Amino acid sequence: MPKDLEEKPGRTVGRRELLKLSPLLLFGAFALPKFQPGLLKGGLDFSDRASAQWHRKNHLAPTFADAELTPFDQFPLNSYDIDDPDVDLTKWTLTVDGDVHRAGEYTLARIQALPKFTQNTRHICVEGWDVIGRFGGVRLSDFLELVGANTQARFLYFDCADGYYESLDMESALHPQSMLCYEMYDRPLTREHGAPLRLLLPIKIGYKSAKYLTSFRVTDVLAKAGYWEDQGYSSYYGL
Amino acid sequence: MSTILPTSSAAQVDFETHAKSFHIVYEHPWAVRFCHWANTISLFILAGSGLQIFRAFPSFGAKIPQHHLFNVPPSLTLGGWLGGALQWHVTFAWIYSVTGIIYVGYQLSSGNYRQVLFRLRDLRGVWPMARFYFFFGRKPAQTEPYNSLQKLAYTVAVLLGVISVLTGIVLYNPVQFSFLGSLMGGFHWARLWHFGVLVALVLFVVGHIVMVLLHGWNNLVSMFTGWKRNPDYLE
Repeated sequence: MPKDLEEKPGRTVGRRELLKLSPLLLFGAFALPKFQPGLLKGGLDFSDRASAQWHRKNHLAPTFADAELTPFDQFPLNSYDIDDPDVDLTKWTLTVDGDVHRAGEYTLARIQALPKFTQNTRHICVEGWDVIGRFGGVRLSDFLELVGANTQARFLYFDCADGYYESLDMESALHPQSMLCYEMYDRPLTREHGAPLRLLLPIKIGYKSAKYLTSFRVTDVLAKAGYWEDQGYSSYYGL
Repeated sequence: MSTILPTSSAAQVDFETHAKSFHIVYEHPWAVRFCHWANTISLFILAGSGLQIFRAFPSFGAKIPQHHLFNVPPSLTLGGWLGGALQWHVTFAWIYSVTGIIYVGYQLSSGNYRQVLFRLRDLRGVWPMARFYFFFGRKPAQTEPYNSLQKLAYTVAVLLGVISVLTGIVLYNPVQFSFLGSLMGGFHWARLWHFGVLVALVLFVVGHIVMVLLHGWNNLVSMFTGWKRNPDYLE
């Protein structure tokens, strides 16, 4: 029999046992405006690091038969403000800079000269819906080679014609399904789907697949992580 | 008095020096109480933020055309918007999982699980207990800290917890865990299972709270202090 029980039964030991639960009060920090944003950001970053840890470099996202495709007219547009940012397709080039050997302007023809591949993959939106689409384009890794990118650098950073911007970790960029996409359902990208060139990343959540790309930078430091990321979404969000 | 203690970890103390004699039993070890409350907090936060996430696409069908299943009232949600809700959800998913693992690990390693794990031999005790609670049947004799119906409820709740985490992992990383996802019937079904588990857990919590209210103060206090005064199985 515990000693204090012999002397003061009941209350004392109860109080002591209750005190042992006091670490639970730390949860209260989540209710304090001073700590809440930091704690939640910490939780999100911890999750990002953990899922980057168990991300398998060459594990492929599932691919699907043509019969399983979502009809093109039912492929959602979730453009955050405008469907058509008025890109002049005749003069469009992709500006490449940062940690690359061959910085400069890359025309669509130059990109399309790289080996083309198509894939039927699932596009999953952070909202919870998903569709299966058919996408054609070039491997992002081939393009990185073309521009002489330092693949030891940590990130790619993209600017878009509609003001959207996005970043991508190098390991995910080198994944064999990560694509610079210029075709959907075997036709050139339409304006609302990001003409002339978009990212298509089957191993990432939908908002990472930025549309209307205009520039591309290889870098170790990100001033901004992405349009949604800078408002509180996960910046890694690998699927 | 002599009583066979319910578990190896339980301690029992009798007081007969008092005007009225009573005994108290150490029923809930610290690890169980701590995990219970940490899990409770996490579950409410996960439910609220989960409902906010659901508001972004309140359907289990196609995106186009989109048919809302129902609209969750904002007062039941947490996080303010999808991004905020996701931060709460992933943060507390870790806390929920870790305290769940500690709970199950403690129960198994300490042997404490014996008092609460539902086993086949508890099956025949379920109906008499249900008859007592819901159909005005006679109260079956209490011989253990947990009756058969309780064991069933708590064992199912732990299983629901496991399913909620596994379906959540598939929703969070459907490509890395595509095999696990295929066992659930794919991404769509994982989302439906995840929601179904929420409904089941809400039903469990409601039933649990009703029972706690029915069983009075001493019972509630034991989940804070571990000690239960005059439990009915020692009467």
